Amino acid sequence: MTAGTANWSFTQDDFTAITESLKRFLGETNSRCALLVDRSGQLVTTVGESLSLDTTAFATLTAADYSANDQLAKLVGENDFSSLFHQGEKESIYVADIARRLLLVIIFDSRTTVGLVRLSMKAEVEELTLLVDRVFSRGRGSAAPDKLLKGADDEIDKLFNW
Amino acid sequence: MINYASREINCKIVYYGPGLGGKTTNLEHVYGKVKPETRGKLISLATETERTLFFDFLPVDLGTIRGFKTRFHLYTVPGQVYYNASRKLILKNVDGIVFVGDSQAERMEANLESMQNLYDNMSEYGYDLTQMPFVIQYNKRDLPNAAPIDDLQAALNPGWEVEEPSKRRVTPDPYHAGENLIEQLPGGEWVERAPYFEAIAVQGDGVFDTLKAVSKLVLKALA
Repeated sequence: MTAGTANWSFTQDDFTAITESLKRFLGETNSRCALLVDRSGQLVTTVGESLSLDTTAFATLTAADYSANDQLAKLVGENDFSSLFHQGEKESIYVADIARRLLLVIIFDSRTTVGLVRLSMKAEVEELTLLVDRVFSRGRGSAAPDKLLKGADDEIDKLFNW
Repeated sequence: MINYASREINCKIVYYGPGLGGKTTNLEHVYGKVKPETRGKLISLATETERTLFFDFLPVDLGTIRGFKTRFHLYTVPGQVYYNASRKLILKNVDGIVFVGDSQAERMEANLESMQNLYDNMSEYGYDLTQMPFVIQYNKRDLPNAAPIDDLQAALNPGWEVEEPSKRRVTPDPYHAGENLIEQLPGGEWVERAPYFEAIAVQGDGVFDTLKAVSKLVLKALA
């Protein structure tokens, strides 16, 4: 049986490189927090202030929001809307696509401006695209998940003794 | 998706099926029964009449394997025919599928239409349902107009041809004594069927059996 359709994995090195890049971005733009979410709605990582929000739900809704907008773009004859912006009274969020695989969500407040976030986003998206491409090109070759769960059948069976 | 940094294995399971078949009810039962510390919020994007508009979502932690937390993200799709665009979006990057069929005889056509729609939407993404973790749940077994299991199986789970020679061996159905998941038909053809479960989701019967079976298949696909 083939594995799931999203067969890829992050290593510690990938994680460190992505985290460093996002930390720099948050510092430069004075934004509060960055979340990296995969297009199926799973949270990859968060960087910055730890906000008291349900990040799992947030990630799922972000992916759904982005996917719905993607389809709206197609209906009006666009390939995609490469970013989304939701403005609130205090908090705002900016979402951008990374390599058609992940979504970068930036949460920011009045300490910065949407203009600065948008301006800095372009370079950040390019940098993350390179890092993410590396992860996916490796994932397609030597499927790392195989190694992790190989021979774990007993452990999997035990998990379901409830 | 395996995240080595946060030591998590995240898997996406989608409950598919015709409208009012009990997909949301499955999730509501899981939400009500598992310990609060092992599950997240149940999110429903529904209309004011509680029909699923986009999806329901429930994250559940099943435990730890090799030091990795296994988290399953359970989704339902809107069953109503005209929501196909939303339904297709939810299938993106799915790891396992539960088809929740409505046992009522008069819903057979809706079941068939939904099953066909599932195959079509999956193939548009390039996914092959017959090669993925996939289980079928026949819900509403308590209703007087429920069709016999044999009829439901014949219509919704007739089996697909086993092309790989190494898989052509009789494989018993672990959930139904005397039945096989893979077997040779009298005509000589080898077929494989999806595991199936009977359920009364409003009472919780069969809900966890279904969830366990599909989750196990998803993890074993990684093993």
